[in-house]
Amino acid sequence: MKRFTVGVFAGLFALSAAYAAEPAKTTRMPAPSIQINKDRGEQCVEPTEEMRRNHMNYILHQRDETMHRGIRTTKHSLKNCINCHANPKTGSVLGKDGFCASCHHYAAVKIDCFECHTDRAEKKAAIPAGRPRQALAPVIRTALGQPRQRHQP
Amino acid sequence: MTINRRGFLGISGAAIAVSAVAPGLRLIELAEGRAPDQAVTPKQRWGLLIDAAKCADGCTACIDACHEENGVTGNNRPATDPQWIRKVTVEDNTTGFRQSFPVMCQHCEHPPCVDVCPTGASFKRADGIVLVDKHTCIGCRYCMMACPYKARSFIHEVTTGQKTHAPRGKGTVESCTLCVHKVDRGDNTTACAVACKKEGHEAILFGDLNDPGSEIRKRLKQKPSTQLRPDLKLNTGVRYQGV
Repeated sequence: MKRFTVGVFAGLFALSAAYAAEPAKTTRMPAPSIQINKDRGEQCVEPTEEMRRNHMNYILHQRDETMHRGIRTTKHSLKNCINCHANPKTGSVLGKDGFCASCHHYAAVKIDCFECHTDRAEKKAAIPAGRPRQALAPVIRTALGQPRQRHQP
Repeated sequence: MTINRRGFLGISGAAIAVSAVAPGLRLIELAEGRAPDQAVTPKQRWGLLIDAAKCADGCTACIDACHEENGVTGNNRPATDPQWIRKVTVEDNTTGFRQSFPVMCQHCEHPPCVDVCPTGASFKRADGIVLVDKHTCIGCRYCMMACPYKARSFIHEVTTGQKTHAPRGKGTVESCTLCVHKVDRGDNTTACAVACKKEGHEAILFGDLNDPGSEIRKRLKQKPSTQLRPDLKLNTGVRYQGV
């Protein structure tokens, strides 16, 4: 009986220790690992805050312009997103450290762009010669025509 | 205000320079085609001229080049694998004369595939290129049934390794895009036409049917040509000679 009691207490102790250790090991979804391809420049095509909230609207608008009207400007094109944001190691925006996938996984928002579109950057996607790294103006106009100050980190 | 001789000469010299340069600038602009931010217009009507007499029996260079260019892959299942170009062999029952030629989307002026599409995914661009907007395609395949040329394919299986310029995915319909990415880039040719020329046949010619000075219009003017199934009055953008 004594041996049993000791066993029970030892078990409870082990359990409580395990429970106490639990908060240290987070059960939350890991934060997205956003790895910016530094050699592509420091700034996105729109201010970071704007892109975080409204990137889907820019892509959706560009999608119809390109598909139906043959407008092939690259500023808001998915191709441009992928070429800049593809992970330098994998060459993809998907996967564990993929720019698109890691954030969408975190936010639990399904993307189906890549059911059809390739998730890989173009092989020849180099910065055109003579273009400075930060060629974008510090103040740019949004789709609504309001000038916005770039988000300074 | 008075103007002296020197001033007058200066102004008239500048005027002559502007009038001499301006037409030159315009010529360059025409040669390079549309800027990326300009929408397509009905000024152009892109099409192909296929000379069946020059098409070699057994040659599949155009099909291979098309599928390579657009990343069209199959799974070795001929019944369901997509095909953007088919080599069709026809035989005259009376004389036994056989010939083969490529058949792809005919880029009709009045496309039946557009008429039947319930979502507006199948559409004709202003410059006459008939495309599938895969963002709105629900894969119902009405267009495949409506097309008299059997030009469209359904993607039955998950696709990987697509080309950046040619997105394609399971559950949507696809067909020849007339190499729309090349047209928008100003290449003024298609992968099939390039491949055919490389093989030395030159059976496929790409061009603007609306431009009287284009090579395609000149060749159409020289020799008789036909549309496939002209009785349907679809006014196809792909024309055939020697059929």
